[in-house]
Amino acid sequence: MKLRIRKDRGACPVPPNLGDYAETCRSFSWQTARTWLDGLPGGGGLNMAHEAVDRHAAGPRAEHVALRWLGRGGEREDYSYGELAAETSRFANALGALGVAAGDRVFLLLGRVPELYVAMLGALKARCVVTPLFSAFGPEPVATRMQIGAARVLVTTEALYQRKVAPIRDQLPALEHVILVDRTGPVEAEALAPGLLPWSQWVPSASSDYRIAPTDPETAALLHFTSGTTGRPKGALHVHEAIVTHHVTGRYALDLHDDDIFWCTADPGWVTGTSYGVLAPLSCGVTVVVVEAEYDPATWYGVLQDEAVSVWYTAPTAVRMMMRAGLEMLADYRFPALRFVASVGEPLNAEAVVWGEQAFGCPIHDNWWQTETGGIMIANYAGVDIKPGSMGRPLPGVEAAIVRRDADGGVAVADEPDVEGELALRAGWPSMMRGYLDEEARYRKCFAGDWYLSGDLARCDAEGYFWFLGRADDVIKSSGHLVGPFEVESALMEHPAVVEAAVIGVPDETAGQLIKAFVTLHQGHAADEAMRRTLLGHARKRLGPAVAPKFIEFREQLPKTRSGKVLRRLLRARELGLPEGDLSTLETDSR
Amino acid sequence: MSQQDTRAMLAEALASVAPEADFDTLREDEDLRDALELDSMDFFNFIVAVHKATGIDIPERDYPKLTTLAGALAYLAR
Repeated sequence: MKLRIRKDRGACPVPPNLGDYAETCRSFSWQTARTWLDGLPGGGGLNMAHEAVDRHAAGPRAEHVALRWLGRGGEREDYSYGELAAETSRFANALGALGVAAGDRVFLLLGRVPELYVAMLGALKARCVVTPLFSAFGPEPVATRMQIGAARVLVTTEALYQRKVAPIRDQLPALEHVILVDRTGPVEAEALAPGLLPWSQWVPSASSDYRIAPTDPETAALLHFTSGTTGRPKGALHVHEAIVTHHVTGRYALDLHDDDIFWCTADPGWVTGTSYGVLAPLSCGVTVVVVEAEYDPATWYGVLQDEAVSVWYTAPTAVRMMMRAGLEMLADYRFPALRFVASVGEPLNAEAVVWGEQAFGCPIHDNWWQTETGGIMIANYAGVDIKPGSMGRPLPGVEAAIVRRDADGGVAVADEPDVEGELALRAGWPSMMRGYLDEEARYRKCFAGDWYLSGDLARCDAEGYFWFLGRADDVIKSSGHLVGPFEVESALMEHPAVVEAAVIGVPDETAGQLIKAFVTLHQGHAADEAMRRTLLGHARKRLGPAVAPKFIEFREQLPKTRSGKVLRRLLRARELGLPEGDLSTLETDSR
Repeated sequence: MSQQDTRAMLAEALASVAPEADFDTLREDEDLRDALELDSMDFFNFIVAVHKATGIDIPERDYPKLTTLAGALAYLAR
């Protein structure tokens, strides 16, 4: 295996935006980077949608394609920056006509259709707080997040509404308006209960003139949910200022140049798909390809080739699926336009980094960030050597360190290289979350002094490259998405046959981790295949396929501490055949 | 295997992966992944279950042919 992929900047097809890493880190400041953006006219502050759309629409890029949508059925729609500005203004005006005000929460539950992008950017223009939800969530994750976020507006489709929202509608007292995207046909009349509004009747007739009101850069813009080990999902709040990070990382970490055709495979229901499927590339004025269909190697290779994608941002699970499909499948495709490939979601193994060279003619550049960081923090860059398996080096303007927590709540920074510890970032970059909604205590727990603590374990080598080692907690990372065990356990325990459940991640070649549940049953219920299917179906119906367990195993008892806490780490150690560690607090157990 | 047996086998393979799915309302030409909310891992496990039940090797490039009931029936009848 290659230990280093050397970069010759002179040989790059276009000069990398980040040329000399050390020099750029030295000279970079966020204040200067802020001047790469326009700000609202007349000193009106900073609004993400203005930077992503309106400023291009008002200039020489007005005719440039902003969004190129490839529908599942072979449809193809282009939206220029000018058109996107008009459509998003219509949506902002439609919200105004409904009485929706700045600060109101707008949730999006949609597949990757153009309306998703129009609604997100239009709501940002109206200074609403936007939450895109993954459309593969089941009713319970949808309900939990909409309750925490006090959603006032939901944009979805009739089918998704009937399947995921109608069953929980009575749990959403704050929800007033549901806009139903009806691009595939009219909404059925009987579905139009009060508060349900067809998109086609509300949005296209609204005015395409909209002036964004002054926006303080510290105004809340996005609410992204993430999961911890315990308790409900956390709503990480990001402000309009975050667009500075989006823009800088678009230029430096993704190396976006004006004429690029960019494809981010992540769904906007996850933070990657919002920061990098929408905001960062549009703020750079490039063309964003949106693919509605799910992963399928032939479809993806076809998009890369036929759309002449030049910069591609994808995920390790997808890369490993492509590796499994084999290089032979690539024989029919050519990618002369492709010059930069990046990946995020979980560490990309060294083999996959190098496989990119064989498959696409360029190595895959891993990078690292989290929902809380709002944008890429540590990355491999177009013009900087890659050490395969490493997440790379901190973005200019970002200070990263390996720290150890001490007993009194502080941290000590490791001065020596290759020390294992928690990955921490010096607080203060523009896209840092400003809080967990209504969870001040949990927010404070993320910081020690002025260090943000990521919960990821890593080491930093002598050259300043960071290497991921694992999670410091019980959170599961499946297909690049964080899943909190508590949410899954709670859903399982709602089933009358279940006494208790403990949920862990088990290693999987493709997905990184898959969700596995250990379950104890009430007396009188047989631990058999029929019960396994009953519980699996129960969990999938409530949680949806992205959050529900893939495996269920029955136990007589779960290992617990004397205080009654389930020891997930013990279940995980046994599953992996690892040392079981200190068991002095163990009270109950069975194998 | 008769077409009826194949259908029953497919229903069983789907039930092992997504027991909540309503096989009876599934249209022949519908994409299983949308209609039954299968993610890529579920779909892969469905293919594995079909392989186990039939012994037929299904290379990855053929997976798209099994994304509908009609497609899977035709593929397995070859």
